[in-house]
Amino acid sequence: MHLAYPAVLAALLFAVGLYGVLARRNAILVLMSVELMLNAVNLNLVAFDVWLRDTLHAGQALTLFTIAVAAAEIGIGLAIVLMVHRNRGTSDVDRLRDTKEQPSAEEKAEAAA
Amino acid sequence: MTTTTLAVLVPLLPFLGSAAGLLLGRTAPGFVRPLAVLPTLAAVVLAALVAARQGGGKAIVASTELTPTGSIPIDLSLYIDGFAALVAVLVCVVATCVQIYSTGYLREDPRYPSYAALVSLFTSAMLLVVYTGDLMVLLVGWEVMGICSYFLVGHYWETPEARSASLKAFLVTKLGDVPFLIGLFALATDAGTFEITGVLGAVASGGLDHPTLIALLLLAGVAGKSAQFPLHTWLPDAMAGPTPVSALIHAATMVAAGIYFLARLLPVFAASAAAMTVLAVMAAITMVGSALAALAQDDIKRVLAYSTIGQLGYMAGALAVGDRGAAVFHLVSHGAFKALLFLAAGVVIHAAGTNSLTAMSRMSGLARRIPDAYWTMTVALLALAAIPPFAGFFSKEAVLVAAEHTAFGERDVAPAGAGWTVLVAGLLTALLTAAYALRLWLRTFRGRGAEAPDHGRQPIAMTSVLWVLAIPSLGFGLTVTYLDDWFDGHPLTPTLTTAVLGTGLAVAGAAVTYAVWRTLAARTPVAAPVPHVAHPDAEAGQVEAEALHLPHPAEDPADPGRALLGPLHGPAADGFHLDAVYRTAFVRPVLAAASLVRFLDREVVDTYVRAAGDSAKGLGWLVRRAQTGNVQTYLSALLAGSVVLAIVAVALANAAAGA
Amino acid sequence: MNLAAQAHGFLSPTGVEIAFVLVGIATLGAALVTVTTRQLVHAALWLVVALGGLAVEYLLLTAEFIAWVQVLIYVGSVVVLLLFGLMLTKAPIGRSPDADSGNRPVALAVAVAAAAALVWVVVDAFRTTWIDLDGPAQGSTSVTGEFLFQHWVLPFEALSVLLLAALVGAIVLSRKKKEDEN
Repeated sequence: MHLAYPAVLAALLFAVGLYGVLARRNAILVLMSVELMLNAVNLNLVAFDVWLRDTLHAGQALTLFTIAVAAAEIGIGLAIVLMVHRNRGTSDVDRLRDTKEQPSAEEKAEAAA
Repeated sequence: MTTTTLAVLVPLLPFLGSAAGLLLGRTAPGFVRPLAVLPTLAAVVLAALVAARQGGGKAIVASTELTPTGSIPIDLSLYIDGFAALVAVLVCVVATCVQIYSTGYLREDPRYPSYAALVSLFTSAMLLVVYTGDLMVLLVGWEVMGICSYFLVGHYWETPEARSASLKAFLVTKLGDVPFLIGLFALATDAGTFEITGVLGAVASGGLDHPTLIALLLLAGVAGKSAQFPLHTWLPDAMAGPTPVSALIHAATMVAAGIYFLARLLPVFAASAAAMTVLAVMAAITMVGSALAALAQDDIKRVLAYSTIGQLGYMAGALAVGDRGAAVFHLVSHGAFKALLFLAAGVVIHAAGTNSLTAMSRMSGLARRIPDAYWTMTVALLALAAIPPFAGFFSKEAVLVAAEHTAFGERDVAPAGAGWTVLVAGLLTALLTAAYALRLWLRTFRGRGAEAPDHGRQPIAMTSVLWVLAIPSLGFGLTVTYLDDWFDGHPLTPTLTTAVLGTGLAVAGAAVTYAVWRTLAARTPVAAPVPHVAHPDAEAGQVEAEALHLPHPAEDPADPGRALLGPLHGPAADGFHLDAVYRTAFVRPVLAAASLVRFLDREVVDTYVRAAGDSAKGLGWLVRRAQTGNVQTYLSALLAGSVVLAIVAVALANAAAGA
Repeated sequence: MNLAAQAHGFLSPTGVEIAFVLVGIATLGAALVTVTTRQLVHAALWLVVALGGLAVEYLLLTAEFIAWVQVLIYVGSVVVLLLFGLMLTKAPIGRSPDADSGNRPVALAVAVAAAAALVWVVVDAFRTTWIDLDGPAQGSTSVTGEFLFQHWVLPFEALSVLLLAALVGAIVLSRKKKEDEN
């Protein structure tokens, strides 16, 4: 089988996941997109492992580990999203803007004057 | 102890006393007075011992090199000849008198500890100048004196007069010190050493390449320090300091340093006839001008200040005719009677509650209130007027004799023209000196009007030193026959011609003044008293500080000085408008340059600075807009950047592979 | 991509390749729907399709153990977890108009640029490379068991610790505080 098929499929899946991470508003949808990106990587790993015929099968082992880590990640991620939702009443990523630049006290005074 | 050790201790003791005084002044006020007086007193004894051991014989030379200093070595060295030994004794005696006097004069002053420490430091610096054999070390003492005079003249810094006077003293002497420093370097470069002995040796063997230039540069420094025309203007203003400081500066230390330095390095100056002529002219102008100005002053201390300038002119004149023996002789005797005059003037100001001669002339019985000051001041004024047999007569005669010898070609150290200049100016000044001395005496102690207020007896610390200083004022001149050995060895005794001429002129001046005074006194009614200070019973220093503020009466028809000077009175009272000249020549251009610099700084330089700040601020504003808090935006930017970088990397790799 | 490969004449499409491409297109389409649909629960379900498609791809690449792990963990647990998350955060059922944030154009641009760059590089690099799928299966359960427990035991065990830590962390994070209960 031509190696370009899985490689291109992985690249496109990765880009789709990327779009989802950047464009989705709901945090759980963002997590889904992250899963897509991880899977794209997994596909690459498996394809190259099969191509290289590695005796250690590092690619497949790493894929398994990635799946496990992804499971852990989704667990923690969902817990965080739940807590944020509980505290803030929303799980929309673009509404969590606590790191925004706040106008300083003197600028507030200037604006008031 | 060896003589060298003793000599080292002489400047060191006041210095240690000063350091201890500065350190302990606040924590242990009880130690301040002993620390001020005792080291100086010990220095008197040691200086006298050094003088006795030196005995006017061969110079004691000792030196030690602390550290290598490059091509021209700078050593800590002593060079004690008869001049140094005698001047050191004078400095120590006057400084001790001033310290003792100050304990009474500034009894209640809260700043007495620092004052006493500075006086000690001043003394120590002067002794360093006197004893050192190295020009660089001399310069150290020279500059320490400059800064001490700044602090001491500005002792009453609450008053604007004292502040500006201290600044003026500092800046004007610095104006001379810059050429002085350059001159010292030039001299050391020519002679290859800073050692005075080495320099003199180089001069003797004709080793100086630019004697006139060096001499003129050094003369500028001397003129600044010794208050010679045209750098004398700081001295009358320095009267804003406490009276003991005036006594110290005028009699023994600061102003004497210039003359002493000149005397030390006289061969350097004598190598250039032009420099000697300049010095002679400078001395002549100083003498006559200051005597005229002294005749017109109303402030008793300013009269004395101008008389100091005049007497320094005599010394400079003696040096201009190449007789340093006469110069230092006059320096020592003048130191004694001028210290006495100032200290007595301090008592007078305290008793009268004013420093205005006009005010004093309108109170009677001042002499009865302060008999000590009256008698000692009379002695000192006689010495100032050079009436035989007082000290001033002999020393001034020595100067006139030297000038006469030069004028008639019997001495060939200096050009005959210099001799004539000094001789004529000296005789004229003798006349004027007697006139203003008598005017001062008459107007102070022979006033008519209300009885002088009675403040009780003056402190013993103040009156006793007057009598101590009266002894040399009276008798120092009689030792003239023994002094030849201490100085260069040629006789200092008066000759008949100059003695008769000088004394005759002095008597004539005094007689004319007396006659004018009698006439004016008979013609004018007794005027109303001039206001006095508000707290006449306070301690002397405070009375004087208050007296500084009192307005001086502009017109006093009974003043013999006004009648004698005629149209010259106005300019003379104002110091011949030299301050105005300086204002036009130096102060205004400097102020204009300062405002130009201010404009450049505020409007031009600051524009760039502000623009730099504003541009950074604007950039910050832009960057701040980007901080929306939206994580997705941040991540988008991050990933876009990564993609761009990746594409660039791949493109570069391809380009490299293709190439 | 196909066109490019055919133009070079390298390709004699085998059955596996045709199957791979077809499943790949389906997977990609499902993924696209996942990230674009306005219905949140549908997104999760389309994710199942995409992940399942990937499992088929793994099978086609002879990595059968990973394929089953994919089905078990992703389809079986991760998606279920995500659905739970959606429910717990009271996600709206049906079309929600604001599923996409305002960052969408930028996201599209970045994603397209990334896809273009990656595809370009990958195609450029692996134009002439074939995978030899013949011979013994490389990802059968026995093979996987051998390499995993011969060569990768230590990372495997370390991973178990990581999973435990994640478990504890998730519990701590999602547990309601006592004050809230009161």
